[in-house]
Amino acid sequence: MQISLFITCYNDTLFPQTGKAVVAVLEKLGHPVEFRPAQTCCGQMHYNTGYQKEALPMMQHFLEVFRGAEVVCIPSSSCVAMIRDHYPKMAEASGDASLKRAVKNMLPRIFEFTELLVDKLEVTDVGAFFPHTVALHPSCHSLRSLKLGDRPAKLLGSVRGLTLVDLPDAEECCGFGGTFAVKNADVSAAMLSDKVRCLLNSGAEICAAVDNSCLMHIGGALSRQRAGVRVVHLAEILASQGSQRMMAE
Amino acid sequence: MSTYVGDAADAPKFQTAAKKLVGDTQVRYNVKRATGVIRKKRAKVVDEMPDWEQLRESGHQIKQHVLRHLDFYLEQFETACTAAGGTVHWARDADEANTIIVGLVKAQQAKEVIKVKTMTSDEIRLNKALEAAGITPFETDLADLIVQLGEDKPSHIVVPALHRNRSEIRQIFLDKMNLTELGEQPEDLAGAARLYLREKFLRVPVAISGANFAIAETGSVCVVESEGNGRMCVSLPRVLISLIGIEKIIPTFQDLEVYLQTLPRSATGERMNPYNSIWTGVTPEDGPQEFHVVLLDNGRTKVLADREARETLDCIRCGACLNACPVYKQTGGHAYGSIYGGPIGAILTPQLQSMEHSQTLPYASSLCGACYEVCPVKINIPEILVHLRNKVVERGDAPWEERMAMKAAAYVLESPEHMERARKLGRIGQIPFAKNGVIHHLPGGLDAWTGVRDLPAIPKESFRDWWAKRETERAL
Repeated sequence: MQISLFITCYNDTLFPQTGKAVVAVLEKLGHPVEFRPAQTCCGQMHYNTGYQKEALPMMQHFLEVFRGAEVVCIPSSSCVAMIRDHYPKMAEASGDASLKRAVKNMLPRIFEFTELLVDKLEVTDVGAFFPHTVALHPSCHSLRSLKLGDRPAKLLGSVRGLTLVDLPDAEECCGFGGTFAVKNADVSAAMLSDKVRCLLNSGAEICAAVDNSCLMHIGGALSRQRAGVRVVHLAEILASQGSQRMMAE
Repeated sequence: MSTYVGDAADAPKFQTAAKKLVGDTQVRYNVKRATGVIRKKRAKVVDEMPDWEQLRESGHQIKQHVLRHLDFYLEQFETACTAAGGTVHWARDADEANTIIVGLVKAQQAKEVIKVKTMTSDEIRLNKALEAAGITPFETDLADLIVQLGEDKPSHIVVPALHRNRSEIRQIFLDKMNLTELGEQPEDLAGAARLYLREKFLRVPVAISGANFAIAETGSVCVVESEGNGRMCVSLPRVLISLIGIEKIIPTFQDLEVYLQTLPRSATGERMNPYNSIWTGVTPEDGPQEFHVVLLDNGRTKVLADREARETLDCIRCGACLNACPVYKQTGGHAYGSIYGGPIGAILTPQLQSMEHSQTLPYASSLCGACYEVCPVKINIPEILVHLRNKVVERGDAPWEERMAMKAAAYVLESPEHMERARKLGRIGQIPFAKNGVIHHLPGGLDAWTGVRDLPAIPKESFRDWWAKRETERAL
C-alpha cells in the first residue's frame, strides 16, 4: 500500500524526528512511503482562531496536493480533526460543488498514524523495543474528535521493555489549545501546571502522545522546571529499537 | 440599547479578569474542589443510564424542533396559560421586562418580593430595577442568598456561590444576619438561612420565579430545585410572577420525561431533583391567586436567526459544561464578566449582545471538547466558539497584532518555498535566544509562551530537508 505522508507544518519545521520515525515504522512494515513536497498546512490555526477566509486556500491547497493519494497518514490528531470536522463545513460554505466532491473523496483516505496502524494495517505490534516507563497523554482531539480510544495504548502495550503507567486525570486538557496558549497565557499556564503535577505523580520518565503540539506545551514546562521527565511522540517510541538517551540535540 | 446581559457590556476582557483570578488561590481551590465533587457525582449517575446517548439526542431534537416552530409554541403556551387563569406578558428586551415586573409588583402595593433562583432575572438586572422602585427583593435560594448578602456576583449558573467555602459563608451570615453565634457545620448554616427566610415566606405577598421549562400544550411552568425554598415561593404568596426566556418552551408534558432525567443528573449529579414544582395558571383557594408570565426575548431571536449558532438556545442551564471545563476550573465564573459563565456563557453572552460586547469570551477556551461531551442537549460548543471567533474577526474586532500575525502566517503557509524562507529567517532570528536547541526567553508578545515554558529551537534540518537528502542518496 502506497502511503502518502502529510507531515504537518509544525512537525516539518520543529519535530523532524517524528516524521523520520513514521517513515521508519511504515517502511519496516513493508509499505512504501511518499512525501509530496508541495504540502504545507491544513489550516487549523487560522480556522480555529477565526480566520476562516485565510484557512480556505490552505484547504484547497491540501486537496490539490493529495489528490489521488491512496492513503494519507498524518502524525497529528488535531490536524486530522481539522480535516474531518471542518473541511466538509468549509466546502459547504464555499458553495463550490467540486470542492465539496474533493473533500468527500478525500476524507476516507485520511488516517491519523495510530488509526492507520491499528485499523487499516491491522498491526498493534510493530516490533519496537523501548525500555522506559511511559505515561500516555490522550490529547483532546485524539480523545474526543477522533475517538482513538485504546489504539495508542494497545500500540504502546506491544512495545517490549515498555512500562505503561496510569496518568491521573489523563483526559484533562494540557492547556495548549493553539493560539489559546498565547491569547490566554495565564489560564493556559494554570492548566499546564495541573497536567505537569499529574505527570510527575504518575512516576513516568516519559510522556507520550500522538500530538507534538501538546507535547511541545507539556515538554516546554518540564524543560523549564528541570523536571527530569521528557516528552516523546508515540511514533518515535514505535520506531525505537533500543535504549536511547534522548538528549537535546 | 435596552438589550443587555447583566453588566457584561462593561466587564473587563476575559484575559484581564482571568489573570487576577488565577492568582486568587482561595477561589481556585474552592472552585476546583466543588467542580470536582459535582463531576464525580454526575459521572456516577450518568454512567448508570444505558440510554444516556439517546436521551441526549432526544433532548437536542425536541429543542431543535421547538426552535424551528417557536412562533407556534409560544402562542400555544399563551393560549393555554391564559385559559388556566394566568396572564402572559411579552417583553422584547430587559428594560421592557423590568418595566412590566416593577409595574405588577407596584400594582400590589408591595414593598418586598421573594425570589426563586432565576438567572434570567440577573440577566435583566431585575433586582436593581426593583430597588430603584423602592421594592426590596429577597433571594431565597441558599446560594443566591449567600451571593446577595455578600454583595457578590454569581459565579456558576447552578451553584451561584460555588466560589465560596463554608467558612466564608459563615462569616457572611454572621455579618449580615446580625447573629452573635453560629456553628460551623453545614446544618448550622442551613438552620440560620431557614430562620432568616421562613418569616419572609410567610410575610411577603409577591414572588418572582424563573422557569426550567414552560409547557406549550398545557401552559404549565416547571421549576426544579434542591431546597424547597422555591416551592415555598411558588405556593405561599398571593401573587406569582414567572420570568421566562422564550427558549424555555417545550411542546408537551410528555417531553419532561427526557429533561427530568437529564437535567438533575447533569446539574447536581442527582437522579431526580428533591423538588419538582409544576403549576398551571391559578387554582381557586390553592396557591397564588394571581399568576403572571413574562416571556423574554432580550436578544434570543437574534441567536435564533443564526443557523450555525442557534443550538445555543437548546441550553437547559444544567451547568455541566462549567464543571467539565478546564478553563472554568482555573478561574471560576467571575472571569467571564457575565452571569452566564463557563463554556455556555462564552457562547451565549456575546450572542445575546449581538457580538457587540464580550468579544474575548469565544477565545476563553482551549477547544478541548469536554463541554460538548457532557452537554445533555448536545450543544456543540467548540464549533460555536470557532464560529463566533470568525464573527469577531469578520467584524474587524480582533487585535491588530493578531491580524498581522495571522496574515503573515497565511503568507508563510501558502507554499513550501515561503515556509523554507521563514524557517531560514527563524534560524537566524533565534540565534540570540536558543541555547542547546532550547529557547528560554523570547521578546515582546512571544513571551506569553516563554514566560512559563521553554520552546524547542528550529532544528538545522527540517523533515523535508532530510527527505530530499535521502531521496538524492537513494537515487545515487
